[in-house]
Amino acid sequence: MSSRMKNIIVPVLAVLLGIIVGTIIMLVTGYDAGAAFIALWDGAFGDIYYTGETIRQITPYILAGLAVGFAFKTGLFNIGVEGQLLVGWLAAVWVGVAFELPKVIHLPLAVLAAAVAGALWAFIPGLLKAKFRVHEVIVTIMMNYVALHVVNHVIRTVLSNKSDRTADIYASASLRSPFLEGLTDYSRLHWGIIVALICVIIMWFILEKTSRGYELKAVGFNQHASEYAGMNVKSNIILSMVISGAFAGLAGAMEGLGTFGYQSISGGFTGVGFDGIAVALLGGNTPIGIVLAAILFGSLKVGALNMPLEAGVPNELVDIIIALIVFFVAASYMIRIFIDRIGKKGAK
Amino acid sequence: MSLMDILSIVIPSTMLWAAPLIFTALGGTFSERSGVVNIGLEGLMVIGAFTAIVFNLTFAHVFGEMTPWVSLLAAMVIGGLFSVIHAVASITFRADQTVSGVAINLLAVGVSLFLVKFIYDKGQTDIIQKGFSKVDIPLLSDIPIIGKIFFSNTYYTSYVAIIVAIIAWYVIFKTPFGLRLRSVGEHPMAADTMGINVTRIRYIAVILSGALGGIGGGIYAQSITSDFSHSTISGQGFMALAAMIFGKWHPLGAMGAALFFGFAQSLSIIGSSLPFLENIPNVYLLAAPYVLTILALTGFIGRADAPKASGVPYIKGSR
Repeated sequence: MSSRMKNIIVPVLAVLLGIIVGTIIMLVTGYDAGAAFIALWDGAFGDIYYTGETIRQITPYILAGLAVGFAFKTGLFNIGVEGQLLVGWLAAVWVGVAFELPKVIHLPLAVLAAAVAGALWAFIPGLLKAKFRVHEVIVTIMMNYVALHVVNHVIRTVLSNKSDRTADIYASASLRSPFLEGLTDYSRLHWGIIVALICVIIMWFILEKTSRGYELKAVGFNQHASEYAGMNVKSNIILSMVISGAFAGLAGAMEGLGTFGYQSISGGFTGVGFDGIAVALLGGNTPIGIVLAAILFGSLKVGALNMPLEAGVPNELVDIIIALIVFFVAASYMIRIFIDRIGKKGAK
Repeated sequence: MSLMDILSIVIPSTMLWAAPLIFTALGGTFSERSGVVNIGLEGLMVIGAFTAIVFNLTFAHVFGEMTPWVSLLAAMVIGGLFSVIHAVASITFRADQTVSGVAINLLAVGVSLFLVKFIYDKGQTDIIQKGFSKVDIPLLSDIPIIGKIFFSNTYYTSYVAIIVAIIAWYVIFKTPFGLRLRSVGEHPMAADTMGINVTRIRYIAVILSGALGGIGGGIYAQSITSDFSHSTISGQGFMALAAMIFGKWHPLGAMGAALFFGFAQSLSIIGSSLPFLENIPNVYLLAAPYVLTILALTGFIGRADAPKASGVPYIKGSR
């Protein structure tokens, strides 16, 4: 079997296995699995309103997936998407509430601010990795928590008067669209999905059509060979983190300028950044794969909210399924061996 | 407020917050010393907290005053069992250990909240009646000055944590098992050549990390939050990971770092009642553990280097 074929079969099998184990869990705990999956489907696509909400959820997932996937391509593991997303969200809202400008200037400025903030937040682990060979996984995890506390502090002291949320952004910075809302029975669907899809094309273009992208991938495959070939490994590592952080920051802008229109302090993370790891992994770190994986996880997450209402099944079941999918993709060594065995038997 | 009063508030509070971190950081130390990166510590703490609270609520009438300790044992066992998933994925199936750790974290939250809703039909458990409570340790609390600062208004679990850290140091650095553990983490091929079963040692280490992480979560839930919900464990596992690194993968170092981080956490909570700290925004205290860890890794505060084979699956026969 060709390796291309395997790259498609492994994630599909992982999803199936995840759903099968999820079903077993429901059977063991005595929940009605059939009703749960129908409720899941209805909750994601059963109504035009739900479809709008699903697409809204897919938007940050695509961007978070791109962020993780882009760094993966250079051999870097960016667990810091969560933190970069928060600072991006903060920057976007900050620009959104600070001044009123014509929309053509204000909106792009707010979106850009988020990308820059996310990029700067990711620049630090990139720099430390390149200059001091510090493992990016640990630094990005630590930066997540620094981001959480700093963002909460800024919201409480700078962007509000000891309140737990910022003011609403000016309409001129908003991604909201009465047109899309009207189309989807007043869901919170906003123009962010366009931004996300543009970013998908940008990632594909950088990686496939520019020599810089070729270098980034080469560094991911083999740092020593890349250095021998005359590439600057250090600057490629930093660049990869910066671009990855920019995608993550944009994911924050989608929440700040689109879904919510403000930012509130929080005790924990949004979860979008960690789910982005799942998205990138399942999507094989390719732009199109990431879009498909984001659609799957976005639908699961939004559909899950309907499960307790319609089938009485806790929505956390979907979190279990997503975790299992990540697990099965990570342990794909097992699946690959299994496919090889079957392939050999077929050849006899 | 005299210095004495301040110390007798700050030190017990520090030790309260440090105990879960010490246990979990020790778990991380065992796992990483054997060459398996475990960023699933957060998830293992979640499982430990969940198990301890559910066990406590269910069996409080059976075990009476001993309930929190028995619950802790349950948390240890279930934490150990849960970590087998990470062990199977990262040792046997050669999964990316970081990804497997992320899966552990996601799975732990999903499973525990799912089961809370399944068992109690609501999003969080009731408050436990028999948690760990403050005690004046007999005899020791009668010592002048020291007794009042270190042994009054404190928790037994904090002292157990410190003793376990010393035992862990002894096991890792003074026993044959510890030597094997470290050799497997530094150079598994050499260890294998000498007849050490790399897979077995790594499995034991990961299960130990699960057991200790479970205890950490159990202590946190039973002494600080008293119930279990989605926000019970929010970052303590990652802070324990930070403590392990800041302590340079050494059990006593990890303990020291955990105490220091516990100090920072407790100051961020009680700081407003202390005269010289009330004007410092607590964002500095909250972020301090993480910033210090980054600085330590970078080499500004003595370079921290991970065990050499950490994060690399061992494949027999490959060079």
